[in-house]
Amino acid sequence: MALINLKINGKATSVDVEEDTPLLWVLRDHLGLVGTKYSCGIAQCGACTVHRNGEAIFSCITPAASLTEDEITTIEGLSKDGDHPVQKAWEEVDVAQCGYCQAGQIMNASAFLKKNPAPSMEEIDEAMNRNICRCGTYHKIREAVAMAANSK
Amino acid sequence: MATLTKTNRRDFLKIAGTTAGGLFIGFNWMSCDSPKMQVISTEEVLANAKNFNAFLSIAPSGDIVIYSPNPELGQNIKTSFPMVVAEELDADWSKVRVLQANLDSDKFERQLTGGSGAMPHSWERLRKAGATAKYLLVAAAAKKWEVSADELSTSESIIYHKASGKKIGYGEVANDAALLTAPEEITLKDKKDFKIIGTPVKNVENGSIFTGKPLFGLDFYREGMLHAMIQRAPFGMKIKSIDDTAARNVAGVKDVVTFENSVAVVGTSTWPLMKAKKLLKVEYEADGKVESSADHDQLFKDLLANGKAEVKREDGNVNTAFKNAAQVVTAEYQCPFLSHSPMEPMNFFAHVKADSVELVGPTQTPESARRAAAEVSGIAPENITVEITRLGGGFGRRLRADYVSEAVHVSKMMNAPVKLTWSREDDLTGGAYRPAVRYRFEAALDAEGNMTGYKLRGVGMNAGNSTRENNFPAGAVDNVLIENVNYDSSITTNAWRAPITNFLAYAEQSFLDEVAFAAKKDPVDFRLELFEKAKANPIGGELGYDADRMIGVTKMAAEKSNWGKNPNVKQGFSVYFSHRTYVAQVADIEMENGTPSLKKIHVITDCGMVVNPTGADHQVRGGVVDGMGHAMYGNLTFEGGLPTQTNFDKYRLIRMKEVPAVDTYYVDSGFDPTGLGEPCLPPTGGAIANAIFSATERRLRSQPFIDQKEFQDLNLGIKRA
Repeated sequence: MALINLKINGKATSVDVEEDTPLLWVLRDHLGLVGTKYSCGIAQCGACTVHRNGEAIFSCITPAASLTEDEITTIEGLSKDGDHPVQKAWEEVDVAQCGYCQAGQIMNASAFLKKNPAPSMEEIDEAMNRNICRCGTYHKIREAVAMAANSK
Repeated sequence: MATLTKTNRRDFLKIAGTTAGGLFIGFNWMSCDSPKMQVISTEEVLANAKNFNAFLSIAPSGDIVIYSPNPELGQNIKTSFPMVVAEELDADWSKVRVLQANLDSDKFERQLTGGSGAMPHSWERLRKAGATAKYLLVAAAAKKWEVSADELSTSESIIYHKASGKKIGYGEVANDAALLTAPEEITLKDKKDFKIIGTPVKNVENGSIFTGKPLFGLDFYREGMLHAMIQRAPFGMKIKSIDDTAARNVAGVKDVVTFENSVAVVGTSTWPLMKAKKLLKVEYEADGKVESSADHDQLFKDLLANGKAEVKREDGNVNTAFKNAAQVVTAEYQCPFLSHSPMEPMNFFAHVKADSVELVGPTQTPESARRAAAEVSGIAPENITVEITRLGGGFGRRLRADYVSEAVHVSKMMNAPVKLTWSREDDLTGGAYRPAVRYRFEAALDAEGNMTGYKLRGVGMNAGNSTRENNFPAGAVDNVLIENVNYDSSITTNAWRAPITNFLAYAEQSFLDEVAFAAKKDPVDFRLELFEKAKANPIGGELGYDADRMIGVTKMAAEKSNWGKNPNVKQGFSVYFSHRTYVAQVADIEMENGTPSLKKIHVITDCGMVVNPTGADHQVRGGVVDGMGHAMYGNLTFEGGLPTQTNFDKYRLIRMKEVPAVDTYYVDSGFDPTGLGEPCLPPTGGAIANAIFSATERRLRSQPFIDQKEFQDLNLGIKRA
């Protein structure tokens, strides 16, 4: 076991876990931040997406111990009142079906738009291709990302 | 037309009311010392609300709580059910809060998600729930004002007396209204007066979903609970020996317990269990058929040729029809096993106590969860509670309660509250799959290209009946023979979104396309001729479909897709009836550098009245994307009783870049609403395969399309436009 210091959603925190514990399980089992989802565990589906210093990463394969110097943002910390432009667009477009993958989609979309504030539809498709939505909400995801881009 | 209906006793059992009602008025939610309007918590609303029936409570503040009994897995039932109640209640939607009801078979009927059946089953019940409460509220206001109820009208939670100019909110008469006796019969609204139904209403849980609030079973946490993960045996095998030494040494592992053919690692958090499970050394030995996909392929061919078939339908005399045929068309179609793969893997919380069990988690059938728990724990069902969480997808997988039984086993053995989590690998290898199936179709044509005979023989696995003998083209052909052969597989199989029809529709719609071409007829005209025949003079006994509604969606599909008008766009047509809903689809393909590029799918749906247009579009597009994804890519193969594809790196699901445009249209047929969770999936594979034929003159007869060896030059795997 090792004491790992992390900065999550602007708050310093420390957890006592095995050193190889992925950030995903630190968030879910040790910090009660369950908005970040487990689905594949091998960086294939994107449900576990969080931000490391603003960049989208797969928290399911990233050991928490490798992130002690970083600013981590999860869906719970993306905005104070759920009013990040991407969250607002998701609400406006009414994107979700089952909703399980949507936190990961939102985290990926928000990191992408920060880098590319005015993307083409092709760039949106390329960026969002790393997240799977088993319900098939892809049309609405595409529409919501485009809307969030315009809203800035 | 307004309908007069008898209320259903079970759904209208009054729940014991609370007594604090009136005190709620005067609560400081409009108080001036707060700059913001205070939001009353749902707990407070409930503490003061009066129950009008199983679906509905109203608080003196005017807040309305509507209970949604059926599990929500993305079909949007938790929004559409309350819309129907609120419509008849004439409620102010902004005052409605929706709560998921726990399993309660005294209060609710058919508390399950499956078969796209919730809306048709509950449509009238929900309307009555709203209408009855409105009747009582109006009666209470009439009594208060000493006027006749006939003189009152309602709108957005307010009761008006036009003659005197008086008005009063629902909340203010809720306590009095709840004391009145509900009428035996109630008048429902005329559909033309609907204000909420038919309008786009957003998912009531959006706020929680988009901010990461705990909603799903996997998010559930209980102080002091243990976590568990399970190693299961390959299909057809049993445990020979277990060495759990290394697994037990993993920090965070508390115990390793064995029950039936499963080995459970139990600990204080998830990650150590994932590691420990990999360190289990479990040897297995055969305990039945240990199957592989290669064996299945051979079996299908043998059973199609020589299997003992059960006759499902026989109209006229196929032998004569085929003997006299000018032309016979024959083709065989096959699909592989599929996993349901909902994004949220299986999980459940169970706490077995001395004389009760508490269950919390994602299930499509809470009643079978309870039954399973009773069986494992020996505790009577009435002492078992089931709290239904939101489901991160289901697709039929969560109709089975195998994972509930497992959680109960472990909780019982550990004498502690336990949350069981399946890994993705567990989900793919321990599935209850869509089974592989193979069909042989034969059609007899006369010299004019009329279909005079039709034969279908299906070989299914654990499918019971792999055919749908009362579906089209039965009824439209004089001589029909439909037969089923069943093979008992040791691989567990179960309903998968649109059971049977998820592949049968593709096979049949592609085959009918083959027959139309052999008959030198346009595929749409060919089907219309058959529908007209089924309409004028239906052949044989029972038929599942209404030929008129088939014609309706078919004609609209031809019109909206500009069928056959643009020589550069190669089109494929399909039309299918399943789950009480009629769907026609046209796929548009353009050839680009020798590769068919799928541009668009036009979807025409007749599901009767559309309750929520946004929700409907979700189900239509989702069904098409699902149908396309699995027809193109879905493939689960077996080797030695285990799937070869154990995670999403090998088991390919459709992604953003592969999805074409999907245009949706609805036929206004005037019928009551039917379900949409499944029926838009079945026609998609056929529309795409028929468009590929139209573009390449090559016929795909097996799924997944991208794996078909003779089609590799077409690069079917690549993206849309």
